[in-house]
Amino acid sequence: MSDKHSFEKSFREVRTMMRMIVLLFLAISGVLLFVLFDPDLSSFQSARPASVVNVQDSLDQGLVDADYDAIENGIHLRTGFVEAEGLMTVVNNCTNCHSAKLVTQNRMTREGWEATIRWMQETQKLWDLGNNEAIILDYLAANYAPEDTGRRANLADIEWYVLEESSD
Amino acid sequence: MKRRQFVRRSGLASLAALLGTEIVYGANLPEGLPLLGLQDPDPFKLFDKDPGMTVLNDKPWNIEAKAHLLDDAITPNKFMFIRNNGKIPEGIDLNTWSLTIDGEAVQAPKTYSLEALKSRFPRYTYQLTLECGGNGRSEFNPPAKGNQWTVGAVSCATWTGVRLRDILEDVGITDEAVYIGYHAADTHLSGAPELEPISRGVPIAKALQDETLVAFQMNGKDIPLAHGFPLRLVAGGWPASASGKWLNRLSVRNIVHDGEKMTGSSYRVPCEPVAPGEKVANEDMCIIESMPVKSLITYPKTGATLPLGKALNFRGHAWAGELTVKSMEYSIDFGATWQGCSVKAPANRLAWQRFQGSAQFPKKGYYELWVRATDSQGNAQPMVLPG
Repeated sequence: MSDKHSFEKSFREVRTMMRMIVLLFLAISGVLLFVLFDPDLSSFQSARPASVVNVQDSLDQGLVDADYDAIENGIHLRTGFVEAEGLMTVVNNCTNCHSAKLVTQNRMTREGWEATIRWMQETQKLWDLGNNEAIILDYLAANYAPEDTGRRANLADIEWYVLEESSD
Repeated sequence: MKRRQFVRRSGLASLAALLGTEIVYGANLPEGLPLLGLQDPDPFKLFDKDPGMTVLNDKPWNIEAKAHLLDDAITPNKFMFIRNNGKIPEGIDLNTWSLTIDGEAVQAPKTYSLEALKSRFPRYTYQLTLECGGNGRSEFNPPAKGNQWTVGAVSCATWTGVRLRDILEDVGITDEAVYIGYHAADTHLSGAPELEPISRGVPIAKALQDETLVAFQMNGKDIPLAHGFPLRLVAGGWPASASGKWLNRLSVRNIVHDGEKMTGSSYRVPCEPVAPGEKVANEDMCIIESMPVKSLITYPKTGATLPLGKALNFRGHAWAGELTVKSMEYSIDFGATWQGCSVKAPANRLAWQRFQGSAQFPKKGYYELWVRATDSQGNAQPMVLPG
């Protein structure tokens, strides 16, 4: 029994080590190949600088724990969820498989959110939420409830401009 | 795509050479090491989309156009909406990619390599309208569940491939054939390997139409990854979800296909008219087939101001699923009065149609230009969303 365990343990260690080596080699060959194809690293210079800055920002967020769940103007920056009671329970249960955007762009009653949870549990491998279910439903029903908007909302966010004659 | 594969292969090869042995876990690599490209935080670069496009969802990726971005007669990739139910497949190998035709209603299952598909059957190119079944959903009241598409989940690119009918004739289907259902290489969000993100299809009559293609090119080039590379079923005029991406298997069924997203409230609507938000029993829901008549003003962009006395030239596209658009009208007074404007014939069946017109305004003020299309059976667009 213990022999088998220690064999499995060392097997796992060897496997982990192999994976590390493979990853390291991939990284090195990736860099080498990149330099081979693009010796002066020009693709780093011509790309949009704004997105390079964004990459750095998100890396920083991941490294500094304090900023990871930062909230600004009542919004949880990492997910876009509204800051309210139950926020972290929602973040921890509702963003593993899909983006928070799938939640925040929807509006449902408590019954609607509950039906959605049941559907995810029956068909999409969502786990039993236990005591967290009430916390999540309360949060969603309070912060992502439908508004009675009427038949057609007025056009919004119009950017007015002077129309020049089109070429087509 | 090719270069990334090259990088990965050479990485494995160099390690194998060094160790003088086979990399036992080489096959597992893609699991823990996503392609560099799919880690790119900028979806516009990742999918080669115009920065004006709107990202509705980043897991899974769902991106839509805005009305004024859809002005081209033939939609280029950069303005084409992306709708995904699952994760985009990684590590696609053209040499091993194949399409299997199976199901209850084939004489015997048959598998084709990409090369065989391309060389054995005649090629056809059609311009085909693909509109997400949920396009316009954001206006529903009470709200409908899912990605809140506004107006930009529609495209009309050219698709090149072989007729599904030619393939099915080569395989041999039986009198029992009712429906075809597709299967594909995308993976489920939960990571569960036994779950398909989506597996829809069309009735056999639609499958046998001239324009129903197993396509390998979009706008004259390999289909972009996000749109189904290397093989896509394209059934124009129907909810775009019937046009399965990353196609690797088609089942000819003796029943209405019962794959993922064919049942429940997915891509189905109440068979009879109901009050907004009314609960409808499962058996009273019907699969959306041909998409309803619709039109979209693509020029000018909303917000135009112009001097009094100057005419406003406008244009856009209109489409009507399996049907054609026979007339277009416009209104500048919220539908109180309507004037006709011109609409061209489609490039081919199931392609959208260009309309254009010119509006005069009687006095200074705020106006909304509305257009409405009428299809060949006399159905016009309703003035309010019947949500």
